[in-house]
Amino acid sequence: MKKLSARRRHPLAAVVVLLLALACTGGLYAVFAPADKAQAEETSQSLAIDEGKKLYSVGCASCHGTGGQGTSDGPSLVGVGAAAVDFQVGTGRMPAQQPGAQVPKKKNIYTQAEIDQLAAYIASLGAGPAIPTAELYSPEGADIAKGGELFRTNCAQCHNFTGKGGALTHGKYAPSLEDVDPKHIYEAMQTGPQNMPSFPDTTMSEQNKKDIIGYLHAVNSDDTVEPGGLNLGGLGPVTEGLFGWIFGLGALVAVAIWVAARTAKAKKS
Amino acid sequence: MSTTTTTDARGKAPAGERVADWADGRLGIYSLAKANLRKVFPDHPSFMLGEICLYSFIIIILTGVYLTLFFHPSMNEVEYTGSYVPLQGQLMSEAFNSTMHISFDVRGGLLIRQIHHWAALVFLAGMFVHMMRVFFTGAFRKPREINWVFGFLLFVLGMFTGFTGYSLPDDLLSGTGVRFMEGAVLSVPIVGTYLSFFLFGGEFPGGDFVARFFAVHVLLLPGIMLGLVVAHLILVFYHKHTQFAGPGRTNNNVVGMPLMPVYMAKAGGFFFLVFGVIAVIAALVQINPIWSLGPYRPDQVSTGAQPDWYMGFSEGLIRAMPGWEIDFAGHTLVLGVFIPLMIFPLVLVAIAVYPFIESWVTGDKREHHILDRPRNAPTRTAVGVAWITWYCVMLIGGGNDLFATHFHLSINAVTWFVRIAFFVAPVIAFVVTKRICLGLQRRDRDKVLHGRESGIIKRLPHGEFIEIHEPLSQEQLHTLTAHEQYEPVEIGPKVDEHGVERKIPASEKLRAKLSKNYYGEGHQIPKPTVEEFKEITSGHGHH
Repeated sequence: MKKLSARRRHPLAAVVVLLLALACTGGLYAVFAPADKAQAEETSQSLAIDEGKKLYSVGCASCHGTGGQGTSDGPSLVGVGAAAVDFQVGTGRMPAQQPGAQVPKKKNIYTQAEIDQLAAYIASLGAGPAIPTAELYSPEGADIAKGGELFRTNCAQCHNFTGKGGALTHGKYAPSLEDVDPKHIYEAMQTGPQNMPSFPDTTMSEQNKKDIIGYLHAVNSDDTVEPGGLNLGGLGPVTEGLFGWIFGLGALVAVAIWVAARTAKAKKS
Repeated sequence: MSTTTTTDARGKAPAGERVADWADGRLGIYSLAKANLRKVFPDHPSFMLGEICLYSFIIIILTGVYLTLFFHPSMNEVEYTGSYVPLQGQLMSEAFNSTMHISFDVRGGLLIRQIHHWAALVFLAGMFVHMMRVFFTGAFRKPREINWVFGFLLFVLGMFTGFTGYSLPDDLLSGTGVRFMEGAVLSVPIVGTYLSFFLFGGEFPGGDFVARFFAVHVLLLPGIMLGLVVAHLILVFYHKHTQFAGPGRTNNNVVGMPLMPVYMAKAGGFFFLVFGVIAVIAALVQINPIWSLGPYRPDQVSTGAQPDWYMGFSEGLIRAMPGWEIDFAGHTLVLGVFIPLMIFPLVLVAIAVYPFIESWVTGDKREHHILDRPRNAPTRTAVGVAWITWYCVMLIGGGNDLFATHFHLSINAVTWFVRIAFFVAPVIAFVVTKRICLGLQRRDRDKVLHGRESGIIKRLPHGEFIEIHEPLSQEQLHTLTAHEQYEPVEIGPKVDEHGVERKIPASEKLRAKLSKNYYGEGHQIPKPTVEEFKEITSGHGHH
């Protein structure tokens, strides 16, 4: 040690220390640094978050606050998760056009890539449900009968027997589920948008969600077969009664007038 | 009875005649036919509304018989194994299972079910309109009051036959309706619980109500209704049909065509037309899709759970009523349900007793076979329109959620509208209708005195423009002035023959007051007298 200590004031000592330190750091980096791919993902992820933040500042910040913390006009988005963003923006509900009883579905103006960026940014604010993968929400492999039972137990009280929608208090409503993207149905169940309760995987398993989606696909989509003919909106006795009065009795009254007009009197002339 | 023999000089009579003779000897059909076959019926499209009801009733019976062949009125639990995939493996009652079987696995089953159900909606709607036709034309007046009551009973029984019928499949929608009924029964003070246990054979839903509803739906109510229909028709024959005023038509005759052959042919043809229209609707349009509704389970419910239209007003009463509940000596009184339950029969009775109220107020005990034009009985017409308005307000209440979603309104706003309109709308309807009737009476008076506006404008030499009015024909003049106008009932003299002040009963005062509202000044427009007509048409060149 004496040798080393004697040379500690040598003019090149600082250079040696510096070299050693660099080698150390480099070696440690080489050992602990993530693999190349992961490195690229992180970069793109942080890029998506950056892009998402920009989109957020333009379209969302006026109500939800500059950092997603929420304001008096919109709730905090910390912890709502990517699934909530994908649902709200993907169905055109967000950004909202105006305040009201409920934010309606409208034309979506974002591309899926932009939605993903927004979702990445919101997901970075706090942990929440992620966007489901296609195999989770595909109607393939669903138990339709089980789905029907689950739907009648959990959903029909607001959305009607086959998901035609229904009224809630003070102008709010449960929207029709006709031809809604299965992904959005899955996300809605998971995140509980607006007035809807949420059904996380702990209360309703992934398979059960799939069953419900399968049931809706069977009874309320373009592929649905109506064995009885026109379904009159699938709304039950109100529309049936209106139809019976207007077209049933209406047609019969028209026929009665026709019959009465063709009377034996005609012979006289 | 005829005593003809079939072996006279001409040899054997044709087979048809011999069969008729045989039947006459035992049933007396000749005298029956002679008395009735040439019976004359007047012609008017509105007189065929009752026929629509009769024929749809027959269609309901025919299709109903077919359905009973396959329906199992049992609440035993079974697993569905039929051909409708979205319900396979689900547990359900045998009633639901057999209805699914009828719908998907019995040949023509679904069509027959839909004909049966559509015909029921049309039957009730037809009875409603038929009843209103009778009401607005005053056809319920003496001697037809009893037949009015028969018709009313048919309507009410039809409502309950419909209710018990659509409850039979034991699906989630109708099960909710039965639950609703149970709630209404439970709300009756003191005896509610006992009644409910009696009806359902224990706790709701129990295992009995489908079998019980089945007996009521296929046996009890249709049996009574069939009897009433027969009585209704016999009375129509016995009273002879009413007719609208017109030249040659009096209170003592009926102008029209004979039953045989004109109305036999027309009625027979019309039956098939009614059947055809209902069958076409049933083939094209779905009704009560129980496969979408699912089997009944007390722990499930759907939004938009309404009854068929004829029960809709009771739904409206419940939906509009605030949920009042009071505690009385340790017992809960559910006024939010019990009050609507009490109003429900009142709504129906209100229209049923009107003929008796009218005859009491007007003191008119004569027979009437000539119909009124609604405008010539403004108070009656206004009462009828007010009642229909009331009924429709309740129907809106029954569908408040669909009105909210489809017109983008708040359901609370719709409910408040119904609550206010329940009291206000009939009054407005009454006043407006009466004004319109009086306006139309004035127009009739004008037409009689001044003729019809021809639309031809003439310029007189001194520059004045006048419109040429064409005088009406003699027939039209008669028709427009044929109605009778009555004087209001006066309260008798204040003092009796001895000069002592007479005690006037309150009912007499009320009657005089009401009568003034029927026939007093400003409540009917005096029809033109012969003198007025002559004076105006005597040719002073005035139009």
